[in-house]
Amino acid sequence: MVLKKIFPPSVHLVITLAWFVVALYMIFLYAPQEASMREVQRIFYVHFSSACTALLAYFFVFLGSMSYLWKRSRRADDFACASAEVGFIYCCCVLVTGPLWAKPAWGIWWTWDARLTSTFILWLLYIAYLMLRSYVTNPGRVEVLSAVVGILGFVNAIIDYMAIRWWRTQHPQPVLGGGAGSGLEPRMWWTVFVTWGAFLCLFFYLVRQRMALAQSHRELVELRRELTS
Amino acid sequence: MRSLTVIWAIFVKDLRVEWRSRETLAPMCVFGLLVVFLFNFAFETAREETLRLLPGLLWIAFAFSGILAFNRSFAAERENSCLEGMTLAPIDPSAIFVGKLLANLVFLAVVEAVVVFAAAVWYNFSFLPSLGALVLIFLLGTLGYAALGTIFGAVAANTRMREVMLPVLQFPVAFWVLILSVDATSDALRGASRGDLAAGLFRVGGVSVIYAVVSFLLFEYVLEE
Repeated sequence: MVLKKIFPPSVHLVITLAWFVVALYMIFLYAPQEASMREVQRIFYVHFSSACTALLAYFFVFLGSMSYLWKRSRRADDFACASAEVGFIYCCCVLVTGPLWAKPAWGIWWTWDARLTSTFILWLLYIAYLMLRSYVTNPGRVEVLSAVVGILGFVNAIIDYMAIRWWRTQHPQPVLGGGAGSGLEPRMWWTVFVTWGAFLCLFFYLVRQRMALAQSHRELVELRRELTS
Repeated sequence: MRSLTVIWAIFVKDLRVEWRSRETLAPMCVFGLLVVFLFNFAFETAREETLRLLPGLLWIAFAFSGILAFNRSFAAERENSCLEGMTLAPIDPSAIFVGKLLANLVFLAVVEAVVVFAAAVWYNFSFLPSLGALVLIFLLGTLGYAALGTIFGAVAANTRMREVMLPVLQFPVAFWVLILSVDATSDALRGASRGDLAAGLFRVGGVSVIYAVVSFLLFEYVLEE
């Protein structure tokens, strides 16, 4: 509620839009052209930013779930649910931009390489989590059951991280944070940061709006109950 | 000590129910055999290819028939409000989890024995040279898979369309247990070196133990009303 006063959603939205305009400018005009993949490589900024946000969103689902089981606060569950819904959209974005980029860069739409597979599993985890939320028969149990699934899903995401080292991989690992000889041109780095910032800003905007929606929904149910009783 | 008695009571009860109704094990075995049977006609493999495809085939048969057991495990308890009786009883919910998990492990072990025997006969393939390693891999892989299945079975019992919900929950999370088990099984069938086998076993065992412990810790939340 304090957040709503000092940083209202309308201001948040305007900042997000402005940030996106800057990000688009940087992606298409400021960032230099990549030598081998040429213009196609510019999708990287969208792909990478969505991927990082989708992963981070699942971490938020885990945090929300843990905090719900511990404190039993409705807001924690709202946060987990909102993060899952918005994170799912970002994950879809990764799975759409990935093949679009892979086709011209590798010549194939898809390969069952470790990182692609683990992103696909993340997408399935989001679906499982969201499906569970809508199929639980007793409305009072949704929070606990989805928290349990959220935590197990996060354990899976950690195991993912270890397992892709044991399993086959063709995805370019060294591009970011890899060993010597990897890394990006400084202007590309700036573009990555600004784009990811814009994506995160949009993420938090959508999450807070979704949480507000959940809150109003609960108040509405409460009012209805008062009216009928 | 008391927990052990509870675990044993639930385990024996599940086996006794199964012995009297025969509603879980028989369909599981038939289903596992059908997978092996259909696979034979879907691929018509030569021996070299069989060696390559067999580990995946075995684990798909185990995974699919496991779903049948996990679905029954808690859905059966809903009839006559047995689950409520169990949650009201002054016992540790984790003991219910362990008892159920042990029963599911026994069911899966029977299916695994039947499926492996059928595969050996139908594909003219001898499992004997690597039997020791295989038993260990099956045991560890099944532990993780069944632990997840037991907790997700309990979660799915609270939903509409639970037959659909269980695989949707189970397969993405159990993915690495299955993949690593297939890898280890493949190594064992190929007669890989002792070091490779140990590494494979360590991975399967590590992942399975992590899932078993986390499921054990989370289970009490699933049962609370």
